[in-house]
Amino acid sequence: MSLLIGTFTIGLILALLSLGVFISFRIFNFADITTEGSITLGASISASMIVAGYDPWVATLVALAGGFMAGALTGIIHTRFAINGLLSGILVMTALYSVNLHVMGKSNIPLMSDKTIITSVENLGMSVFGVSGNVTLLGSTVPAKDVFTMVSVFFIVLALGFLLYLFLKSNFGTAMRATGNNQQMIRALGVNTNVMIILGLAISNALIALSGAILAQFQGFADVQMGIGMLVLGLASVIIGEALISDKSLGYLIAGAICGSLIFRLLVAVALRLGMNPNDLKLITAVFVFIALVLPMMLKKYKKRGVHSQC
Amino acid sequence: MLEIKNISKTFNVDTVSEVKSLSDVSCTIEAESFVVLVGTNGSGKSTLLNAIAGNFFPDHGKIVLDGIDLTKMPEHKRAKFIGRVFQNPFSGTAPDMTIAENLALATKRGQARSLGWALPPTVAGECRERVRRLSMELEDRLGSPIGKLSGGQRQALTLLMASWIKPKLLLLDEHTAALDPKTADKVIRMTEEVVSKDRLTTLMVTHSMQQAVNMGTRILMMHKGRIVYDIKGQEKKRLKVADLLFLFDEIRKKEQIDPAAAEMINQLYV
Repeated sequence: MSLLIGTFTIGLILALLSLGVFISFRIFNFADITTEGSITLGASISASMIVAGYDPWVATLVALAGGFMAGALTGIIHTRFAINGLLSGILVMTALYSVNLHVMGKSNIPLMSDKTIITSVENLGMSVFGVSGNVTLLGSTVPAKDVFTMVSVFFIVLALGFLLYLFLKSNFGTAMRATGNNQQMIRALGVNTNVMIILGLAISNALIALSGAILAQFQGFADVQMGIGMLVLGLASVIIGEALISDKSLGYLIAGAICGSLIFRLLVAVALRLGMNPNDLKLITAVFVFIALVLPMMLKKYKKRGVHSQC
Repeated sequence: MLEIKNISKTFNVDTVSEVKSLSDVSCTIEAESFVVLVGTNGSGKSTLLNAIAGNFFPDHGKIVLDGIDLTKMPEHKRAKFIGRVFQNPFSGTAPDMTIAENLALATKRGQARSLGWALPPTVAGECRERVRRLSMELEDRLGSPIGKLSGGQRQALTLLMASWIKPKLLLLDEHTAALDPKTADKVIRMTEEVVSKDRLTTLMVTHSMQQAVNMGTRILMMHKGRIVYDIKGQEKKRLKVADLLFLFDEIRKKEQIDPAAAEMINQLYV
């Protein structure tokens, strides 16, 4: 049970990653690899500020701002200098590797006894509900602080998911979605598509950096390598989310991205429990995303052939 | 009133594929007039439209609309004054978004876009009302993605969107060319309604001689990046398809004489 709670908490934290990837991949239709740099950026900014004695909430907000700037930079390189989106992302990701090392001063920062947002929600929960130690949940005993952490992260994700929904349904957000859908049309309606792309990627990477900042505080360390494979992981979550829902409207897609992350974490936990070699995790994730991208195309072809053979 | 003053545009300068698409084009389009632009393939009529819309900046010359200099204004800023319908029915709408959302985007053409709800009940109600007036039975499908509609339906909606906020200039780029004849006819009738109702200043490119003769108050015929005929007033009213075809034939005949020969004839006989 304790393991399950941990799995869910990580799934929820990474749901912010999948929301970020949802913006770049589904709204702007490009796989923004800045993700791998910005999630680490979020972790390294928050960890090094916490170690330096800053308030963990302030550190987390600064991490979010860092991600915003990283995404904006990718957007600027892509739009103002007309460099291919994937390459713009690679440039920023590569640059961020050095930036992250500078921010941290070393390749790994442990957050053992420091006050983090996780410890502060744990303490808050324990003082509000007056419980400490263990609680019984669904018949098994689990540490109360883990439950508080999970619930708090759940509400953070819920609130941000809802805010994202409201934003994308606003006049501004609708224009942003149209930019990803048909640039020619939305320019003819008076929207500066470059600004939309820059801001969209900035928001995407801000969410991703936030995910990294919370993840570092939850797992108790920031590592310069932690971003590797995160884009594909985010893609996997978004794709699982889309498979879950039949209605492709915006609200469902956002909810799907969040659930996708949770399910993906659960699948990983189960696979590891069944004895999968952790080293194979990224390989399997990549293969999964590949299949998920190719399968719809194959099915379409197969169906078409079926119709022809009937004629 | 749209004033085009001596605009020129050459694409792919200094390469083998260099094309002089517009050479020293000038014309004045009066307010509330409906001008039809015709010409052979590659004559520069779409290029002229794109220059006005701001897809590119001309090498020389000026474009002024109601006293506002558009020459160096980026496309998205001009959109405040210009409504556009494209040749490709898929170009004017965002396929994955709903009909209502597409219309809501058009209600803010050229305006600042706030963080307010894109489809408040008032906007949704007006969308419904205006779509109902198209009598295409789309008013109950406002929540479905616009990509599911036919080309004709999408083109009709694009026209509605382009004229939602009255533009100072409406640009129609062969907007019925990709439609079947029956649908094209419907969109043309709708175009006439929209233009006459709001008395829009309109510039329409077409390949259809019938449309050119039946519609508008003036015809501009382009050839090789220049305006070669300008037919207006009574002359335009009397014009028949046969007359227009005759003019095209004239151009073709001139074409067949090569420039060197033309020069010689000029010197000998003129």
